[in-house]
Amino acid sequence: MPWFKREKDNIQTRTEDKNETPDGLWIKCPNCKKALQSKALKKSQYVCGYCDHHLRIGSEEYFEILFDNNEFTELDADMISGDPLEFVDTKPYPKRIASSVSKTGLNDAARTGVGKVEGLDMVVACMDFRFIGGSMGSVVGEKIARAVEHARAHKMPLLVISKSGGARMMEGALSLMQMAKISARVAQLGKEGLPYISLLTDPTTGGVTASFAMLGDLNIAEPEALIGFAGPRVIKETIGQDLPEGFQRSEFLQEHGFLDYIVHRKDLKSKVVLSFRMLMNQIVAKEE
Amino acid sequence: MKPNNVFDFEKPIIELETQLEEMKRIAEDTSTEMGPATSELEKTIENLKKNIYSNLNRWQRVQISRHPDRPYSLDYIAHITDDFIELFGDRNFKDDKAMIGGMATIDGQPVMIIGQQKGRTTKERQYRNFGMPNPEGYRKALRLMKMAEKFGMPVICLIDTPGAYPGLEAEERGQGEAIARNLMEMAVLQTPIICIVIGEGASGGALGIGVGDRVYMLENTWYSVIAPESCSSILWRSWDQKEQAAEALKLTAEDNLRLKIIDGIIKEPLGGAHKNPETAFENVKAQILQDLKKLSALKVEKLIEQRIHKFTSLGQSDESGAIKSSPKKTIARVSEEV
Repeated sequence: MPWFKREKDNIQTRTEDKNETPDGLWIKCPNCKKALQSKALKKSQYVCGYCDHHLRIGSEEYFEILFDNNEFTELDADMISGDPLEFVDTKPYPKRIASSVSKTGLNDAARTGVGKVEGLDMVVACMDFRFIGGSMGSVVGEKIARAVEHARAHKMPLLVISKSGGARMMEGALSLMQMAKISARVAQLGKEGLPYISLLTDPTTGGVTASFAMLGDLNIAEPEALIGFAGPRVIKETIGQDLPEGFQRSEFLQEHGFLDYIVHRKDLKSKVVLSFRMLMNQIVAKEE
Repeated sequence: MKPNNVFDFEKPIIELETQLEEMKRIAEDTSTEMGPATSELEKTIENLKKNIYSNLNRWQRVQISRHPDRPYSLDYIAHITDDFIELFGDRNFKDDKAMIGGMATIDGQPVMIIGQQKGRTTKERQYRNFGMPNPEGYRKALRLMKMAEKFGMPVICLIDTPGAYPGLEAEERGQGEAIARNLMEMAVLQTPIICIVIGEGASGGALGIGVGDRVYMLENTWYSVIAPESCSSILWRSWDQKEQAAEALKLTAEDNLRLKIIDGIIKEPLGGAHKNPETAFENVKAQILQDLKKLSALKVEKLIEQRIHKFTSLGQSDESGAIKSSPKKTIARVSEEV
């Protein structure tokens, strides 16, 4: 008889839950594992001061980085998901949605807004990876498609920030059709001569890569972001060998001709605005 | 029929059919009259078939869609066109054997036909890469579509793929970009497009040639965001829940018609297209001819407007904001979930 007895059958805490640092104080860099002070991290746009790792952030942080004084009008903020397939896996889809909503404070995996960025009116759509892996169902598809329409109707440039595992399984073929939906809207925007920049961030895979994320006039990415159509695990299983170092990272994609440039988060705002002004053939004031 | 091409749910039929053959053989050998007995058994078999094949569950449909004797794209082309000139290559990298295409005439009308191609023997399967195109396949398809647009030919796409190839080189050459470009270009292609799922319609690999004015599925095919096996492995972390996954994904022709993802279902002969391919060919041809007539009557601007409307209307969301929430305020919230 052991002198102590484990009461539960197995350990219930998942490893990632254990590592949680108290919110608002310290955050561990997932790359170099050094402790980073939250306030300082926010100032550095969530880039690790030690190893330059770009931490994963969501729409709230990107909007704050981009929009002047964090002022913007959110579009379709109240749109929420239905359950067209009455999908049940280990739990019913509506329950999964509800728990994601309460966990993240978000309504779905994308938010869209319009506001000034360095004085330039811009529509920005941004995906949230925290919400069911940033997966695209009808809500994400509809919101981004409407953001493209908003840009077209108001003759504004469009920035879409992708961060997604791909199309959402729980809405089946309807998720797949969101790829066609947004791509059709992007085609219409292009016909109006309005510029679209697609920013790919870590990670962008599956149906998002195979649709709007690769359809920018400029496709740009943050450093070392995982970008691909098939996930690395699937490819590894298919070819039966290890993948080369840096495979499917931003630098790899740029080298193979699929990214226009890679941008450090601290330069994101200014470089995107400068790119748009050039594409829109605007006179750019010379820096003194 | 080869016994390895028989599904479990078909076994009762095969048993009775064997009995019938045996009965006929005995009748012949002994020169006895068994007329009423055999015709009764034939009737029983017919009823059993109708009963089994009209009550297939979703996973059984998936199995039929993958039957090795099922007609593939080149079989359809051989039977529904008068003339066919196959065209090769993407003018860029190479010719993809998993994506075939060319010019053809159907009842005299020139069309561009494109489709994924599977192989039947082990050697053919490898040659066709199991019907999984690489980026050059999607680029070849787009090249042919643009040519069709230039010369005012309607485009017919036959969809039959277990997915776009998930390989290392496919990624290097931009599998995502190739599919994405097709979605965008097909949405505004200035010529009619008819898409028909003739076998498997797996995810982006299928949609890459699937944006059309009319989209159909044959009766025993599937079309969804992911194959049931992969869905099972991701959501249940096991390959064993494929039947449950097939049910959950609502991936049959009937499901997709209800969701308005397709415009109609093309009938197959009882038991699947492979049981009587001629019927499948006739039905597909009739549908194409009917639509070509209707679509060619439309002005091209109207055609594109309707096509865009068709795809942008798909989806289900609620704007009442019933579970509306206010974003949590935290000083820093960094999401590292994987």
